[in-house]
Amino acid sequence: MYIIITYCLFQVVCWRAVASIAWAVLLLLPITAVFVILSRFSLLHPIQTFSGQSLYAGSQLVVTGCFFCVSSVIPTIACSKIALLGQLLHPRQFVNSLAHCIMGIIVAWCCAVTLGGRYETIGYPCTQGDGTDSSPQMCLNEYHLILLLAGAFVGFSHSLLAVISNINYVSFHTVQQYKYLRFKGSLPFVVKCSAAQALYSVRNYIVVYFFLGYIPKAWICKTLNLHLNSSVHPLDSIAGLLDLSLLYHQWISASFLLFTWNITLLLFRIFVTEVYSFPVQSSFTEDAHQCLPKVLTDKQPMILKFLALQDVALLSQHSPSRRCEVFSLSQPGGHPHNWNAISKECLSLLADLTQRLVAYHDTVATNGRAKSLSTGSERKTSSETSCMFPRPTLLLRTPASVFARFVVGTPHSPLTAPFTPDLDSPFASPALRRLTAPLDQCSPWFGTVQSPHIMRRAPKLWSTSTGERRLMEDVRSLGSNGHLKQNNFILNCPIQVKHFLAKRVLIMYLFNKLPEASSQALFADSQAHIWALEGLSYLVQASFSEDQFGVIQTTLPSILGCMLILQEAVDRHFKLPHASSKPVRSASGMGDSTYKTLRFALRATLKTAIYRITTTFGNHLNAVQMSAEHRKRLQQFLEYKE
Amino acid sequence: MCSLALFPAPLACGQTTLCESNNELLSGTATDHRLKQSTHINYSVVLYFPRESLKLHCRTESSSKAAFLDHSETLWMRSAAAWRDGGLTGLLNEITNSNTEVPKWLSVSSGFTLALLRWFSSFHGSLFPHLTMSSENMLAEFSQVLNWSDCVVRAFAWHPHADKFAVALLDDSIKIYNPKSATTPTLKHRLQRSVAAVQWKPMCASALAVACQNCLLVWHVDPCSLSTRPSSGCAQVLSNPGHSPVTSIAWSPSGSLLVSASPMDTAMMVWDVASESCVPLQRVGGGGVTFLSWSPDSSHVLASTPSALFRVWETRTWTCERWPCVKGRCQSGCWSPDGSRLLFTVQGEMVIYVLTFGDTPGPQAAAVVADLSETTFNTADGDIIVGGEIHSLSWDPTGERLAVLLEGDPQAADRPAIIAVFKTRTNPIFELLPCGFVQGEPGAEPRMMQFHPNFQHGALLTVCWSSGRITHVPFYFLGAGVPHFGLSGSPSLPRPQERPADFANQSLFTELISLLLFFFTAFFFYITNNATLPPTVRSRSLKLLSNSKPTDF
Repeated sequence: MYIIITYCLFQVVCWRAVASIAWAVLLLLPITAVFVILSRFSLLHPIQTFSGQSLYAGSQLVVTGCFFCVSSVIPTIACSKIALLGQLLHPRQFVNSLAHCIMGIIVAWCCAVTLGGRYETIGYPCTQGDGTDSSPQMCLNEYHLILLLAGAFVGFSHSLLAVISNINYVSFHTVQQYKYLRFKGSLPFVVKCSAAQALYSVRNYIVVYFFLGYIPKAWICKTLNLHLNSSVHPLDSIAGLLDLSLLYHQWISASFLLFTWNITLLLFRIFVTEVYSFPVQSSFTEDAHQCLPKVLTDKQPMILKFLALQDVALLSQHSPSRRCEVFSLSQPGGHPHNWNAISKECLSLLADLTQRLVAYHDTVATNGRAKSLSTGSERKTSSETSCMFPRPTLLLRTPASVFARFVVGTPHSPLTAPFTPDLDSPFASPALRRLTAPLDQCSPWFGTVQSPHIMRRAPKLWSTSTGERRLMEDVRSLGSNGHLKQNNFILNCPIQVKHFLAKRVLIMYLFNKLPEASSQALFADSQAHIWALEGLSYLVQASFSEDQFGVIQTTLPSILGCMLILQEAVDRHFKLPHASSKPVRSASGMGDSTYKTLRFALRATLKTAIYRITTTFGNHLNAVQMSAEHRKRLQQFLEYKE
Repeated sequence: MCSLALFPAPLACGQTTLCESNNELLSGTATDHRLKQSTHINYSVVLYFPRESLKLHCRTESSSKAAFLDHSETLWMRSAAAWRDGGLTGLLNEITNSNTEVPKWLSVSSGFTLALLRWFSSFHGSLFPHLTMSSENMLAEFSQVLNWSDCVVRAFAWHPHADKFAVALLDDSIKIYNPKSATTPTLKHRLQRSVAAVQWKPMCASALAVACQNCLLVWHVDPCSLSTRPSSGCAQVLSNPGHSPVTSIAWSPSGSLLVSASPMDTAMMVWDVASESCVPLQRVGGGGVTFLSWSPDSSHVLASTPSALFRVWETRTWTCERWPCVKGRCQSGCWSPDGSRLLFTVQGEMVIYVLTFGDTPGPQAAAVVADLSETTFNTADGDIIVGGEIHSLSWDPTGERLAVLLEGDPQAADRPAIIAVFKTRTNPIFELLPCGFVQGEPGAEPRMMQFHPNFQHGALLTVCWSSGRITHVPFYFLGAGVPHFGLSGSPSLPRPQERPADFANQSLFTELISLLLFFFTAFFFYITNNATLPPTVRSRSLKLLSNSKPTDF
């Protein structure tokens, strides 16, 4: 039954993906036409064939497939250079890059065929030698080769850039527009960014080809049994590469390649993030699993959960009739099931964020010293019993960070704090776990953030940090109790190693924590919290005039308390270094960088949400039961002093 | 349909409108201004910014070049600087001008390109004449402030919830007045030039959006801070290439989004301020966006263009309706408190139109609700012609009073700019009824006006005058059918016996400036009703009252 439920709703997402790919393939026709026109310059020749059309479509399908597999609504944030390197060297990324390379070569081949002329074939008959023994041979057409390799290079660099700029992150827009208008609005940007990216890729490619071009050339000649025509000037020389028409064709092919990919990406993002209106309640029990409260509370793939939360935020703002359903009571029994489910889910999300922030703050305050496992992880293990296989405690550690730990090889201690991107306690919070758990379990191909294999393997290869910590504590206790000098030596050994390593510049460069990355990672999934805050506050605001049964009143104290505690935690977090520093605005590329500012958005939304409730209820809030400390804080809001 | 002929005659010279009480506008002469207003509740607080007190920019930044000696830089350096400062045209200009140093073909070709560019832009400008204006002129043309370039107070904004307001002055500074704190923060920023509009963020205590010449600034002024000069680090700079000068901004009433408009940009920007990202909503027709107004129920946004066309955006999916006008562009507009009606005026016409929203199919045509064509009134000082084109509209938050700023004619003495106030009635049909004219001291013309967002006893109109004075004119009435959330169920009509007895001795005060200060503080006392004045202010006002008993503050 459960599988069916997930399947039914997940179909929505799948259909959206399919629709986006279909549109992208349809759009190929005009794009190719434009490419042909631009590549020829002369309109006298009629457009000959679209032989490569199906191949283009194939390439697009594969790339979209790749993207779809890795797409995620939560960005992966590398906290240090080494973590980023680990992401780049990850086997999945390797496969991804390989696929991109191959697709790049295929599209470049199509481009070469379409361009025709000197690019058309890889070999051509030529006469080698000095005229006397002119035997017909097949020679290598370097123009063709250079175009193919350019395709491969562009594909490869695109896949690397995608990891660095988090291109797999799908962000939701604050402004809801129709799909066509959104597409039209962002089309010029996609054109611009593809052209610019192609320019940089081609520049880099030319440099690489100048130095290393002879390797693939020799290899192709050897495998295909072709000869090098010595009478033709080789292309991996300065004079050969400064051929303007060749440069132009490389650039236009690369732009075409990147543009088709980017447009697919754009369409995918637009289709997937489109608002989906879940029914609030249904009169038929068969449809009950598709209703909003059910979708919110059940274990769902991440994307569905996000869509449901977005729907909550929008219905609370815009549709009085659906709000009315939320405030309604169940017919036999008279229980506000809808509201209870929605408010409970939203409040637990907020509470989880609070817990995560508090835990992180504590870790930072204790300067990264080992801390006993929080209750959160215990709850987590209990919630995990439903899983088929037992998981290690440190579920959310990225492979990169495991790698880092391995290289450093030191147990948890103050100085390792900057090396470990994700500290145990903040990330072991059940919130993120619960949000990500279905993603690992239910849909393997949606398992994006971390590959489960590696994580399951991690504790086997290298001991978990808890184990290490225990060892360390044992050693410490030995050192303090025992009288042997060796003990001290054993104790100091790892520290000395660490000090030694810390002095090497390269290692420091790689392992130094990127500023504000940990803060970004904390708030990585904050879009969900933002919607929860908006949904709750708008619903509470509307309840002032619309709630006939007083459904909201019973939960108002807990909502206010939850928001005020979160407000306090957020305030404390923003006092940490780097937390309030603005990220550098980089508007280049297709990568969405909204995740970098999510914490600011969350802070603003939180304040606005509290103010929304206080301005609506005014002094009536004095009748709400709450602790003295919360009342004091609330008074600040009532007087507009926050 | 209401017309100006139904209005009571304007006041004689020297008379000033004080307030509305018992359904009539009360007036007084300039000399017994303070005396008179004391008999009614003291809302007539005056802030005065004399032009002489402001330190103006005597020169712009680009002209400072002339003050330095000519020095020789290499052509490359100059070209780079020109590219940085003036873009492509600047670079071409530089190359064309330095024809001795560059090869002839380069200077000739760049001159040719420049001429071509100019020709093309003039062609573009002939389509949309406003594109040829300088940005200062453009701001003056499209601002909601009458005669913006010459106005001492360039923008004014009440906070939507708390009793404080921001005033943007001619010297590009912004001052924030808050009765509960002794400090008056002054906001200055390198990029804060030619402020066209300011607006406080709703559902927030601290954020103030400022529309500047080149960008948008969002200040975060901590209300508890004691600093009088918040650093420019408190300001977020929101800018987008091509989106300048910004002439109008509007926060969504829910406080989540900010929209900004520039006559140079055909796209209206929807900002997510916290993440500093924007979504452009592009519609090419009209050639730009000049004025924005968000309906109080946050369902619609009015966006007028420099052409005879305006749009009404619907904020759920951000689609728009086009509304072509016959004569000119939409000059101003305002929404009824429930967001169901839009009043707007068109340049070149002397009427107020109404559009009604709310039903499933949108409105088909706008109806005329008031005719403000020129009317001659006989007063003691001779004939005064009132009427003409309308510069701006303002509707009070209870939906009972509508203030209309009439442009008048600056050349003719008998046709002054004036504020006409209407009463509005929605049942059984929507109509405007005459209330009266609001006039200031002799020689002072109204420049801009705004209603206080939550005045308890009716409506409070704040008017900025050409003399640099800011006054508040209260309208006392009982709101009909407007639910009053909050403390008191129904607004209590203020009665004369409520006033503090000590105010009867007004003639004792002679020192004008101290008096102004006193009134200012007393005004806010009354509004806030809680006696927490900063000690310095209290002591000064008590000193003033030395002859009389101190009031029970």
